Amino acid sequence: MSTQPQRGRSAHGPGDEEGADQDVPAAGNVQATQQAQELDGLLDEIDSVLESNAEEFVRGFVQKGGQ
Amino acid sequence: MSVRRLIGMETEYGIHAPANPRASHVALSIELVNAYAAAVTEDGGTVAGAEWDYRSESPLVDARGWVLPRSAAHPSQLTDSASALEGVSGPDAAPADVAVEEPEFHPPGTAEWRGDFFTLREGQPRLLTNLVLTNGARFYVDHAHPEYSAPETLGARRAVLYDVAGDLVVRRAAQRLSREEGSPELLLYKNNTDSKSVSYGAHENYLVPRSVSFDALTAGLIPFFVVRQVICGAGRVGIGPTSARPGFQISQRADFFEEQVGLETTVRRPIINTRDEPHADIDRHRRLHVIIGDANMSEYSAWLRVGTTALVLDLIESGTAPEVTLLDPVRALKDVSHDPTLRTRVATDRGPLTALQIHRLYLEAARARADEAAGPEGPGLAPDTETAEVLAAWSNLLDDLEADVSSAADRVDWVAKLGLLESYRRRDGLDWDAPLLGMIDLQYADVRPEKGLYHRLVRAGRMRRLFTDEEVARAAQDPPEETRAWLRGTLVARRPELLAGASWDQILLRPHPDAPITRLALPEPTDGTRAQTEGPVTRAEDPRALIAGLREILETGPDQREAPPRRPSD
Repeated sequence: MSTQPQRGRSAHGPGDEEGADQDVPAAGNVQATQQAQELDGLLDEIDSVLESNAEEFVRGFVQKGGQ
Repeated sequence: MSVRRLIGMETEYGIHAPANPRASHVALSIELVNAYAAAVTEDGGTVAGAEWDYRSESPLVDARGWVLPRSAAHPSQLTDSASALEGVSGPDAAPADVAVEEPEFHPPGTAEWRGDFFTLREGQPRLLTNLVLTNGARFYVDHAHPEYSAPETLGARRAVLYDVAGDLVVRRAAQRLSREEGSPELLLYKNNTDSKSVSYGAHENYLVPRSVSFDALTAGLIPFFVVRQVICGAGRVGIGPTSARPGFQISQRADFFEEQVGLETTVRRPIINTRDEPHADIDRHRRLHVIIGDANMSEYSAWLRVGTTALVLDLIESGTAPEVTLLDPVRALKDVSHDPTLRTRVATDRGPLTALQIHRLYLEAARARADEAAGPEGPGLAPDTETAEVLAAWSNLLDDLEADVSSAADRVDWVAKLGLLESYRRRDGLDWDAPLLGMIDLQYADVRPEKGLYHRLVRAGRMRRLFTDEEVARAAQDPPEETRAWLRGTLVARRPELLAGASWDQILLRPHPDAPITRLALPEPTDGTRAQTEGPVTRAEDPRALIAGLREILETGPDQREAPPRRPSD
């Protein structure tokens, strides 16, 4: 659950994954695409917790003065 | 060079009752505060419901040496007297009211308007607007929002831990409130705007020696605060205070700032706030009140927000801040926020620079200073662990943002939120003005673990945490040991019957309810620590001995002190 901040490690990615991605020029893009696909898999789960009727909900979220 | 200075964070939570959007937010906030008192006391715990001691608050004292006449102050600025809470018995100051239709109007005097959803039971505390908690925090009603002011701590990591504990406090309060018959469902958001013209703050406070000139602070901090958002912004759907233009931006707060330097916090907000109310010895200390930050859900973002700021303050104090001046800081703040590709250049006296380039000026200065401190001319010590960690994390994050912004999604709120939004846009073919994207923006900051999208990302293993749930739970309960918050919180927990009042720098005690009050002054925030005061608190024979013991310890005069203890580990 808890992840320590990394020290002295260079660049890239969610911590503690095995192996260091070598920085061939395309690696960043490949990684980004993979991440996006994984995230798409999470959307179904998020769909199920999103407040229903987004339009009305967002319109109703009105705050009073603050600092 | 150290991030281990005295820091305290404050969060004003967004508050929303979906079934009753016209409910008084002051009343709802009061209910929430009282619900927390109920939840704690029902479980056998304690809170101090004593009136907050306003005597030492002076929010209208300006750091530049003049005092704003009260008649000229915006009414919402008056937080130093009971009159600030007149919203309790009068209508909210509600600039946003014009922006919405009125589904239900509750005239003054009705139960909904008063907020009579919450009935006190026998033995519960009176209706309270201010609580001092056992962890040394203050939980109260401020400007129609519930606000949690974390206890004073040493170091960025500790400050963030105690800020995150506030999420637990408001969650517990809302859960308790929901059990009251007839109470509305009350949702809480750790965000900073409703995107309908209203913004509310997440403030940071740093103790700075009085000897540092305010001009030096201003010059060193303005460029940094303009670009700081790229490493810790919370992200926002919509451009402009009312989201008039569709789009995504890095910061929740950027569009609400209009000045470079000023006293206000609720209108014409300045990048540098000059409120000079140290809650400490005014001759030795200044409390730098930072109002420009976004509230972070990501612990890592918050840690870097506070940690890098502490390093920059060190640079300014040592006269080693990089020399760079923005030609139009207010505009640059918005330009940086409005470009999530980070390519925008802003005008400086060194030519046009990107936010990342300006970050590197500060990072290199901080590295040089750390090296110098560890070198032959310096004290010969490497920076402490956390300082080294902040330097490394800052550097790594800048590298990542430069190589591929999305690779920072495990640490930075705005990058994580943007990734989520882009996924929805791809899947559903949504434009930036789609209400669903506004919903995702809002729900990212929902403090409930089952509903909040930040929490969902954490659970999916996509975002790093700094703390375990157990550490956060403990911080919601126990005070930090390293500051006067320990004495304040511990007295609330263990000797509440002796407590007649408490503010940041004073504690009022009496041995029994009819006895005269003893005022313990705590002008040094690093007094009242566990090491210093545990003896009398836990071992005194009777209340009088306890009070006398504390007095004896704390009344060691400042003449017996050495230099200001601002960086004890330095």
